[in-house]
Amino acid sequence: MEQKSLFSVISPIMVGPSSSHTAGAVRLGLMAKNIYKNEFSKVHFVLYNSFATTGFGHGTDKGLLAGVLGCPVDDPIIKDIFNKIKHIEYSYDYAQDISRHPNSVDITFDDKMTICGDSVGAGEIRINCINGFSVDIDGTYDTLLLMYKDRPGMISKVSGIIQNQNVNIASLHCDRSSKGGTASMYVALDIPVGEDVVEKVRSIKDVFFVTNVRKLK
Amino acid sequence: MPILSFIDLEKRCREENKSIYEIAQEEESCLLDTAVDVIRLKTLENLLAMKEAVKHGLNSQEKAISEWCGDDCIKLVERYKKRPALFGRTFEKITEYALATAEENLRMGRIVACPTAGSCGIVPSVIIASAEEEKLSETLQINGLLTAGMIGLIVSNKVQLAGAVAGCQAECGVASAMAAAALTEMRGGNVNEVLHSAALALKNILGLTCDPVCGLVEVPCIKRNAFLAIHAVTASELALSGVESKIPLDEIVDTLKITGQLMSPLLKETAQGGLAKTPAALELEKKLFDKD
Repeated sequence: MEQKSLFSVISPIMVGPSSSHTAGAVRLGLMAKNIYKNEFSKVHFVLYNSFATTGFGHGTDKGLLAGVLGCPVDDPIIKDIFNKIKHIEYSYDYAQDISRHPNSVDITFDDKMTICGDSVGAGEIRINCINGFSVDIDGTYDTLLLMYKDRPGMISKVSGIIQNQNVNIASLHCDRSSKGGTASMYVALDIPVGEDVVEKVRSIKDVFFVTNVRKLK
Repeated sequence: MPILSFIDLEKRCREENKSIYEIAQEEESCLLDTAVDVIRLKTLENLLAMKEAVKHGLNSQEKAISEWCGDDCIKLVERYKKRPALFGRTFEKITEYALATAEENLRMGRIVACPTAGSCGIVPSVIIASAEEEKLSETLQINGLLTAGMIGLIVSNKVQLAGAVAGCQAECGVASAMAAAALTEMRGGNVNEVLHSAALALKNILGLTCDPVCGLVEVPCIKRNAFLAIHAVTASELALSGVESKIPLDEIVDTLKITGQLMSPLLKETAQGGLAKTPAALELEKKLFDKD
């Protein structure tokens, strides 16, 4: 079991009113932005379960939007975010699904990438799915994330590139749609790697998506 | 070895002859790979943000979006000026500071989640008010906050601190246990007394549901912060007198988790049961949505 920080219980310093429904929402948005990375003109949110039923009263909608726009959890702008945003299109849907966590959201950027995550309490979050592939990213590590065509040797190629930078791998997980189908890998790192590493990984045959996800503050 | 239970914590304190805050800051310094002083500084930053939130809250009467709440703290302040509280100035300050912080939270003001935003008034009000009235140093307050953090951390290893997962017992209940531990530490209690104060506070709040009216962190959340801050003081006074919880803290936390699992989803932050479905709440809900 991984040890948690004392400051997961005391803090964050944040704007209210709810750590799971406001700060957690902002951090889910921030993490989704770190994963998608590109500029976007459209973002769509699907809020599930308690996020859907009580999100309005907790500013969950505002928090998610502020997060994907890069606002930190204690930014006073969150309160008025709807009045500040003109340049992007945003929309919300609400759903009930008992197979999902009580505080759960899908965030879709430009109809291109859907990122699913949960707010698991006290402002802590977990990204568990990107475009249908399961991941487990909680924002505490810099993470290299890639998608590729499943074939032998991919793990050793990627870890070799990281090892050449003298960076320690904290954890590594893979998932795939089927043998030889689309696969995903995420590698949690003790220190961040540079864009040169991302380029090297991108140049591996059959890798079609790679991104360097920065951890949350 | 990470400390995952209160038995582990008590053992470490006993073997190394240390207080809970000392173990907490050492563990944290290992985890974050930084000096103990940096951990204490980070704790101080949170303490100062808590004091800021109290100050803002005491000076604001701005209402929440719902327009139901936001002016209760000022009522206490005004009354205490005219007629002192039965239990003296420390009681007055704890209730004022708890409401000030909780009201600041509902205005989407800047607060410190401790452990959550809905319960953000409990630990600060107890630490800050008692420190002011008992003239307890900043060092002692940091020790208190670190102690509170360690209690919350171990609980959170077993159960997620979210109303949606285990009801309000996991938010205001845990905050009250944390505040009791902080106060007991600051007033010179030993490790056993600190742990028993947390146990007594937590044990007496098991089963508390999360049924906010319209799903807002307002009714009953704001006032509950004042009640559970005082609840923490009761637990601390008992423990400092040598009163012990017959059920160990670890088992109380397990009970909290199981009670949370047994609790209907209607009573776990969904606003679909409990107080949220009373005729008065439905009336408020109607007004709120008519206003939009």
